[in-house]
Amino acid sequence: MSEFKSGSNLEKVLKAGHFAFTGECGPPQGANLEALKEKARHLKGCVDAVNVTDNQTAVVRMSSWAASLVLIQEGLEPNYQMVCRDRNRLAMQSDILGAYAHGIRNMLCLSGDHQKFGNHPESKNVFDIDSMQLIHMVKEMRDQGVFLNGQEIDEAPRMFIGAASNPFADPFEFRVHRLAKKVAAGADFIQTQCIYNMPKFREFMKQAVDMGLTEKCYLLAGVTPMKSVGMARYMATQVPGMDVPDELIKRLKGAGKGKVAEEGIKFALEQIEEFREMEGVAGVHLMAIEWEHRVPEIAERAGMLPRPQI
Amino acid sequence: MSEFKPRILAFYCANCASSAANVSESMSLGVPAGVKMVQVPCTGRIETLHLLKPFEEGADGVYVAGCQEDSCRYMSGILKAEKRVAQVKRILEELDIEPGRIEAFKLSAGKGFRFAEIASEMMKRVQELGPISGG
Amino acid sequence: MIVAEQKPIRELVEMVKDFQKILVLGCKGCVTVCNVGGAKEVGVLASALRIWGRKTGRDLQVGEHTLERQCDPEYIEELGGIVGEYDAVISIACGVGPQFVSERYPTARVFPGVNTKFMGGAVAHGIWSERCAGCGQCVVHYFGGLCPIARCSKSLMNGPCGGSADGRCEIHKEVECIWDTIVRKMTEQGRLNELIEFKPPKSWTTARDGGPRSMIREELVK
Repeated sequence: MSEFKSGSNLEKVLKAGHFAFTGECGPPQGANLEALKEKARHLKGCVDAVNVTDNQTAVVRMSSWAASLVLIQEGLEPNYQMVCRDRNRLAMQSDILGAYAHGIRNMLCLSGDHQKFGNHPESKNVFDIDSMQLIHMVKEMRDQGVFLNGQEIDEAPRMFIGAASNPFADPFEFRVHRLAKKVAAGADFIQTQCIYNMPKFREFMKQAVDMGLTEKCYLLAGVTPMKSVGMARYMATQVPGMDVPDELIKRLKGAGKGKVAEEGIKFALEQIEEFREMEGVAGVHLMAIEWEHRVPEIAERAGMLPRPQI
Repeated sequence: MSEFKPRILAFYCANCASSAANVSESMSLGVPAGVKMVQVPCTGRIETLHLLKPFEEGADGVYVAGCQEDSCRYMSGILKAEKRVAQVKRILEELDIEPGRIEAFKLSAGKGFRFAEIASEMMKRVQELGPISGG
Repeated sequence: MIVAEQKPIRELVEMVKDFQKILVLGCKGCVTVCNVGGAKEVGVLASALRIWGRKTGRDLQVGEHTLERQCDPEYIEELGGIVGEYDAVISIACGVGPQFVSERYPTARVFPGVNTKFMGGAVAHGIWSERCAGCGQCVVHYFGGLCPIARCSKSLMNGPCGGSADGRCEIHKEVECIWDTIVRKMTEQGRLNELIEFKPPKSWTTARDGGPRSMIREELVK
């Protein structure tokens, strides 16, 4: 067990050199466990771990730690997400202890979308610490067994630490440096924002590989299949930090009525194919938001099945 | 309603509006009774307070007549006046008073007919709005 | 300076609707500089109140006075002779003003006439922008002279976040992404290595989070 930082399935899969495949699941806007379990069932057996989002886009949903526990009960491994927007350092450390005690082993440390995007825009935002500081804090808790204030922890949580990277946000030249910073702070694995601009991503990966970052952490490329032309346009214009090339929108339009979703999946499959061979890419993170029932099919067609059992 | 005799204060600039006024006079085009005229060197000189005071003292309407943007002798006087008139409109609205009771008009130097027309227009408008009242 | 914004007159009228004698009190400090609370604005607000009084048939008495500042007791003293003549005072100074007046004249009904917003400066005529959040531990020199606490929507010390696009913050196109500016500036200055250094969590004890603050100059205290 000591050869592993956390002993999680995701960690083992990556360490063994397999091409990892992770999914995503948004908790319900309520205490509706059935809806959550339904989503989980689609993903079971298709992915190595599942991201559980934390009040994504600042919309109140069941706590990510609570939904993560449900996933564990369903036989899946969660990637417990925590954003910096809603919790101060006390609540964060407190939740991490609880999450670990209940079997959660992977954690993603994110900034979080500003609350103005969500359904409670009047709320106060926290941002006591930022995502970089959160990564570092979780690392110190694991490796030094101490809280942020240096005090010893009575049985330290040992998480496999993840972070996000957005190669498409500005300033572009700084993005790989920020990735380097996250790796230095303690990120074990990185999931990128969903990729559509392949040339730009290739350029980013080249920089990351040149800097030796992909030897220090596992980078998973983000993929979200486009379901419709409307979705492509929405993501191109309404979602901050998203880069959707015109060629892709044209391609989707050209597919013809009723065939756009299939074209979107085809593009995603082409991407996954390329990522498997791309230097420095250790896996794919599939974000089929509210499309979980298509994941088994996509996983199959992408040649991701069966998932390695370690 | 027909007994209501609006009292309107009009500011007009010494440049375009003034020459229009002269033309109007030479054409024997009168300005309705109840419109009191005040000449200013430039409409840009009119402060927000100058536009509010008449309402304090019982005016039912106020207007400003100045040059077109491209012929203002002091370059941007009329633009300033328009902004201040807009500010007073907002203040009136906050007090549940019709913003139409104040207006800014732009005219060219020779337009005697227009000068008189503006006065009649405002008089008619304020007549229809009635006196300022209400809790 | 402290930048404030006028409260809607509708709101002020609602506040003072039961009073007959109202004093509008301005300040020659910050609020004069940002054109919301100086003598001129006192005049405009007083006039608006009188128009309202006339319209609603109230027999209103609206007084006007502007103090040098409303954040020093010696100026507040000046009101001693007149505050008793009024039922209500609308202070259009920043949030400090109404409180100083209230403290000194506890029986006076004091109302705030402006909404105090931030510490900032003028970026163009008529436009003021936030620069400082009063965190109590200034670190702008680490960020090329720019403050991420006040100017980053998420107060990131290790920014930018993934929502930065075209130099704009994700919350609104009108909002500058200060991290974009910080990165570009420091890169130009050849100080990229400083930005790659991890900035540890901030201590918020010196900010408002630590509790209401005081500043004392020992040499000046009697």
